[in-house]
Amino acid sequence: MQTVKMVITGPFSSGKTEFIRAISEIDVVTTERGISSESERTVKDYTTVAMDFGRITVDDDLVLYLFGTPGQRRFDFMWEILAEGMLGFVVMVDSTKPETFREAKSILETFKAYAPTPYVVAANKQDLPDAWNIDDLRIALRIEEGVKLLPCVAADKESVKHVLLELLYSILEEMERG
Amino acid sequence: MPLQGNLRDFSTTQLLNLINLAGKSGTLLLYESVKTGTKDAIGGDKMTAGKERARVAFKVGKLISAMLDGQSGDLVSVLNKAGKLSNEQARIIRERAKSTSDKALALLLINANYVTQKDVVRSVQQHTLDVVHNLLSWAEGPFRFEDNLLPSNDMILVPIDLENVIIEGARQIKEVEQLTSHIPHLDMALKFPENPREKFKGVHLSVEEWKVVSFVNPKNTMQQIAKANNMSENEIRRIVYGLEQAGLVEIIKPPAAESTTSGGRPKPRAPQVQKTVVTRLIDRIRSI
Repeated sequence: MQTVKMVITGPFSSGKTEFIRAISEIDVVTTERGISSESERTVKDYTTVAMDFGRITVDDDLVLYLFGTPGQRRFDFMWEILAEGMLGFVVMVDSTKPETFREAKSILETFKAYAPTPYVVAANKQDLPDAWNIDDLRIALRIEEGVKLLPCVAADKESVKHVLLELLYSILEEMERG
Repeated sequence: MPLQGNLRDFSTTQLLNLINLAGKSGTLLLYESVKTGTKDAIGGDKMTAGKERARVAFKVGKLISAMLDGQSGDLVSVLNKAGKLSNEQARIIRERAKSTSDKALALLLINANYVTQKDVVRSVQQHTLDVVHNLLSWAEGPFRFEDNLLPSNDMILVPIDLENVIIEGARQIKEVEQLTSHIPHLDMALKFPENPREKFKGVHLSVEEWKVVSFVNPKNTMQQIAKANNMSENEIRRIVYGLEQAGLVEIIKPPAAESTTSGGRPKPRAPQVQKTVVTRLIDRIRSI
């Protein structure tokens, strides 16, 4: 049995768990815990402690695992471990929270440095009225033209499929380039 | 969709860059911060917009006007500030042309040979740039960009390319970054070099530099010196950097900390998978 993995990363509360939950064929093995910090609790009640884990079975001998990284920086020692052997990665950005853009960019640069694998950026929560539009986000996050910045709604399976497919197309293109 | 946030997270320079690259038209409104008492997504104090502090207008990515709250930006004040009208002339014109628009007033003043058209354009341009250069140093405050909200037609609008403004902003930020990289924290102390008498001979220091020099002692950290002199972190960094470059003080650096990275540990590798694996994954996800 061959297993491949993709990493879903991004700042705290950017929608990583929801993204994996929308597409995984198993209930996401989530390691969420009640949030102890008062400030973080105002955003959501639970957060990912070590990692989320979702699975998509292709056939009897191929399985794709989706790993969600914990959003808080204090768990970033886990990131390098999760990045080991990844086929590609998705950086989730909450389009309604400009205060997290710098963190998202920093996470993106960190993962780029871990491994030279293709990646896409998913601009999550595009269904909300306060969401920054894609063109503004590209400039704000200083994402080069060649990198895919995709509108996303993590709760919507079709939207998540679109992001994963775009990442796979990028991986394929990279392979074809040699 | 609104372009809104806080300068703490997205600086004025970054905003100008965005507006320039996207060729936006509208008005950027900057507000005073009012704490909401709650925390934002990364644990900072959540702020809401209070009183308006400034408004800056743009047309197709070019700066066209800028106003600070509480600062008179009418044509007479602008020309007075630029030295094109005396205080007395400004007072008389204000009295006589109370309800005249800036554009109409400019025509009257040009026709009466008080000023030239060039004077008007340059003064308005300089006023706009002065306001925006001021904004570049603002590090905090809610902002909102109102698409297509433009100043009234009777104002004098002088389009200014944003590139130079952005370069100036970037220069200021770069200066702070360079200083911070040279003096990463202020818990280090200062000491005089050997033969300080020789070094200081014939040197003319500013008042601020003397204030710092008077506290130089291996027992005083730069943080303490800044506090004693009521200086900001950047101010003391700039002064210490200058004094150090001139060989007048030395920074007592702590012993180099050992690298906390896992030295020698190999970077994670990308997996070696075949193209067929990726195409199978694509087919599977399409079918979900």
